[in-house]
Amino acid sequence: MTAVTRPVLEVTGIHMQFPGVKALTNAGLRLFPGEVHTLMGQNGAGKSTLIKVLTGVYQPDDGSIVLDGRAIHPRSTQDAQNLGISTVYQEVNLCPNLSVAENIFIGRYPRRFGMVDWRTMRKQAAELLARLDVHIDVSQPLANYPLAIQQMVAIARATSVECRVLILDEPTSSLDEAEVQTLFSVLRRLREQGMAILFVTHFLDQTYAISDRITVMRNGEREGEYACAELSRLALVNKMIGAPDDSQSIEQTGDAAADGAAPSQETFLRARGLARKGALAPVDLELRRGELLGLAGLLGSGRTELARLLFGADKADAGSIDVDGKPVALANPRDAIAQGIGFCSEDRKHEGAILALSVRENIVLALQARQGIWRAIPFKRQQQLANDYVRWLGVKTASIETPIGSLSGGNQQKVLLARWLATEPRLMILDEPTRGIDVRAKQEIMDYVSSLCRKGMSILFISSELPEVLRVSDRMLVMRDRKACGEYQRGQLDESSVLHVIAGETAGEGA
Amino acid sequence: MNAPVAAKPSTPATEASQTARVTLLQHPLLRPLAALLVLLVLDAFLVPGFFRVTIKDGHLYGSLVDILNRAAPLTLAALGMTLVIATRGIDISVGAVVALSGTVSAMLIGGTMVMHGSTPEYVANTPMALSLLAAFGVALLCGLWNGVLVAGIKLQPIVATLILMVAGRGLAQLLTDGQIVTVYYEPFFFLGSGYLFGLPFSLYVVAAVFAVTMLLVRKTALGLFIQAVGINPVAARLAGLRTATLIIFVYVFCSACAGLAGMLITSNIKSADANNAGLLLELDAILAVTLGGTSLLGGKFSLVGSMIGALIIQTLTYTIYSMGVPPEVNMVVKSIVVFVVCISQSSEFKRILRRRAA
Amino acid sequence: MSAQVNAVAKPSLTAAPWFTAAITVVLLVAMLGIGGAAYPGFLSLQVVFNLLIDNGYLVVLAVGMGFVILSGGIDLSVGAMLALSTMVAAWLLQTAHWHPAAVIVCVLLMGACFGALMGLIIHVFKLQPFIVTLAGMFLARGLCYLISTDSIAIDQPVFVALSQTQVHLFGGFLSPGAIIGLVVLLMAVWLAHFTAFGRAVYAVGGNETSAAMMGLNVGATRVAVYALSGFCAALGGLLFAVYTLSGYALHGQGTELDAIAAVVIGGTLLTGGYGYIAGALSGVLVLGAIQTLIAFDGTLSSWWTKIVIGALLFVFCVVQRVLSKKA
Repeated sequence: MTAVTRPVLEVTGIHMQFPGVKALTNAGLRLFPGEVHTLMGQNGAGKSTLIKVLTGVYQPDDGSIVLDGRAIHPRSTQDAQNLGISTVYQEVNLCPNLSVAENIFIGRYPRRFGMVDWRTMRKQAAELLARLDVHIDVSQPLANYPLAIQQMVAIARATSVECRVLILDEPTSSLDEAEVQTLFSVLRRLREQGMAILFVTHFLDQTYAISDRITVMRNGEREGEYACAELSRLALVNKMIGAPDDSQSIEQTGDAAADGAAPSQETFLRARGLARKGALAPVDLELRRGELLGLAGLLGSGRTELARLLFGADKADAGSIDVDGKPVALANPRDAIAQGIGFCSEDRKHEGAILALSVRENIVLALQARQGIWRAIPFKRQQQLANDYVRWLGVKTASIETPIGSLSGGNQQKVLLARWLATEPRLMILDEPTRGIDVRAKQEIMDYVSSLCRKGMSILFISSELPEVLRVSDRMLVMRDRKACGEYQRGQLDESSVLHVIAGETAGEGA
Repeated sequence: MNAPVAAKPSTPATEASQTARVTLLQHPLLRPLAALLVLLVLDAFLVPGFFRVTIKDGHLYGSLVDILNRAAPLTLAALGMTLVIATRGIDISVGAVVALSGTVSAMLIGGTMVMHGSTPEYVANTPMALSLLAAFGVALLCGLWNGVLVAGIKLQPIVATLILMVAGRGLAQLLTDGQIVTVYYEPFFFLGSGYLFGLPFSLYVVAAVFAVTMLLVRKTALGLFIQAVGINPVAARLAGLRTATLIIFVYVFCSACAGLAGMLITSNIKSADANNAGLLLELDAILAVTLGGTSLLGGKFSLVGSMIGALIIQTLTYTIYSMGVPPEVNMVVKSIVVFVVCISQSSEFKRILRRRAA
Repeated sequence: MSAQVNAVAKPSLTAAPWFTAAITVVLLVAMLGIGGAAYPGFLSLQVVFNLLIDNGYLVVLAVGMGFVILSGGIDLSVGAMLALSTMVAAWLLQTAHWHPAAVIVCVLLMGACFGALMGLIIHVFKLQPFIVTLAGMFLARGLCYLISTDSIAIDQPVFVALSQTQVHLFGGFLSPGAIIGLVVLLMAVWLAHFTAFGRAVYAVGGNETSAAMMGLNVGATRVAVYALSGFCAALGGLLFAVYTLSGYALHGQGTELDAIAAVVIGGTLLTGGYGYIAGALSGVLVLGAIQTLIAFDGTLSSWWTKIVIGALLFVFCVVQRVLSKKA
């Protein structure tokens, strides 16, 4: 630890607004030399936006960035680099076809008589890596090394120039346990050398393994700055996804929903040992007709991976799925749709919305796909369907012929929901359906979803907003670190105990 | 900014007509139609009697008829190319397919002289219907080859169709040994040079293909699916579309159209020239599609626009020819048009314009 | 707490160009072997030298094309530029009576500027290279016809002398064109391996966004690479003009496809970033060997060349694709 009291980097009052969305409100952080500082928050909390501001990708509407006592305004990534802020990204952002040595020295090759001096380059690259205690053959192409090593090469490159702050943006998302430890040993070495490291992640265990201090972000704001040793896991999880402090802790109601039948005991879908290498450890899952199964957990806990396996969007490496008691092979989405499963992806921009097509066309797409090319849905029926869903879900659009791309995020989400509802699925998988949507729209969607449940549709509901999941689920499956770690009935849970499970502590344990 | 001018009180009638005018101005076919109109007007000045259509021997004659007739093969190729481009692909092998199908049909039909008393008559080596079917089948196979390479092996479309572009023409040249194969069988000429009810038969072929394509695209879900695949293939797959089958289909369709075009050309010039038939047709087809408003990035497409684009190109050729300019200038003009169209369609250009306007 | 990190490299995609380039060399040796066994007189040094003499211009074209493909693009205009160069050279020599040195400089400059312009359009407007260079091909050929629709014979003494010179080497002879081709190849290998520009080409082809983030000037690299391709096409045109002693708008039809085939068969991935410039030579030699084999055979029609090239292209593309999927 260091005795220096002046921060290397001081970021205050950052405001960032995009059309229709306030991404950052009064965000900021402080970074001291010789520390690993973790930036934590769920999706939509503003972590990546803040990083993009620091690295010059975005220019903030307001606020200040002070590096070594001087105010800076990076206008590009190269600019930020020159100022002393180096960044290593999740996708490494190096050239895999070039050698390790070359990647470290791109743009600043050692020269001899004007020509590239390969021998010096290799020697200096090896020395740089040795400083991080990494010993590899630097003449080999980068692609021949696993991702963890590639990241170390990126770190070596980042620190080979005058660097005051090293930012690591979600570097561990694709690493296995051993590789994470290797990365951490390099980070510790850098910390010893006095580097100020900003580490962005959503993994709890890693945060506690490496951090000195933590800044939590939520809804675009800085929720708080804490010393790692003084913040319990429970408290951290609560700050990220729990109910805000001033509201009462949400408890599930003991009785079933006011109107409508309780979910039947009939099993619709059963998954056994469903797993995918690198994405999900074996999971058992059972869904009954008319029940709403909530899937709670932090980002990266494997919820979306599980959903994709159930929909056939990814192929499982192990395990089996039964529908109505009969085993089925879900090798692609078509198979799942034929079984009556629908999937509303969390990445609506890339996996859901077909932006240039109209609201009507987006709504009828899945239904039409199931019917096939030859049985086209008559235009009048398409219009009727579209108008119906626009009305039922409260979609704000000029007309059903408007391209979906011009709708707001919330309304796009409603249209995509309508797409799947139009197929009248027996199981509807909703992955973060209310993210980035205003409160009123959220309520409308959740109400509609609950009413569907009561009519006999099974729903798998994934959300990072814990109060939401608790309120609507009949049963809950909690996931952590890509495995399932608990299944709970309605009434068995309150927010506090769920947070404990997610945080990895049993209820009753202290900070 | 100037001080706000007092607005004229607008009545519902003026508002309605204003909206109608705006919608009309934004119609995607407006620009290609306008371009065609400009060319036609230019021709009216340059060529005396350009618009005159006469009837001779029961056939319609005139410059307009001529243009429509000559544009037929290109129109067919453009129709096929439209669907491929809509899926974000490209097919540069259409010229080779034209040569190949024309060659197969010419060689199968040929025409051997048979004496009937004292009058010579030419008989087809193979029944014409069979020959045409065979040539069409070869085109379909070429399309299947392209489709499997793109959708199955996932080669880039330009790479996949490059292979057929090289090998296909070579195959055609091999079959004819580089020589021109002349066809002597009269009924075959009807395809490219015959007249039906006063109009060239080739127009009927084009109309039929256009009608079938429009039916497929409008009356079935094909149009919707192709657009979805072209705009966002990931989302399309997750919505349950058979993306691979769709992609294979559009390449088969494109080659089928090219095959028909090849038979028309061969019939028109009464011979198959494997070296030159369909040479550079792919660029003309791509140009026709882009002129018609379909973006090279895929997504929304316009069959009518591609047809207008083909007409523009043919009229342009005719205009240049009528101006007495050497026909080779055609190539220079076409390339400049491609540059202008591509640049003006690019999002970068629109961004630069917006920034200048701001 | 020090944890020493050691790692051993695992061969992956980058094995691909090595692998396909090795296949090419094996293929070449096999063809020469088969030819030597089947036809007397095939396996002589002069046969190989003749390959170089006949295809010296193609080596130069393939070098330029190699750089473009390595950077992740493609240039379909090189054949047309070749023809335009022969045309401009012939016209300047025969009609305008310029000094040959001035003609050479002028033509090379024209090629470089043409290429640079295309590269600029591709970069600024973010258009796909194939459509821009396809239009460029049309433009260049059209310009050829504007100069003259017939061929122009060249009888300028310097060009004639170059055409007829034989450089004796190891018992055989080479033409100046072949030697220039080899020299250009060597310079290109040096350029690709020892200069910042060459490394930038590889970087941009490997991962363009990363290259930009690492501070490389992607735009300048792109413009330079197409300028280089245009320059090589113009140089190839000059070599071709010497070889045929004529300028003609129909020269080089389909040569761009030959150049692409040579580059691919020489082991460069069409997707960019992986490959060897030296592969241009082995690719051209394979193409030439195919043609020679067919000619020696006498029974096979020469049209088989195109089909074999297409088949080879297919095999190499599929192999490259399969290898990159495994990585």
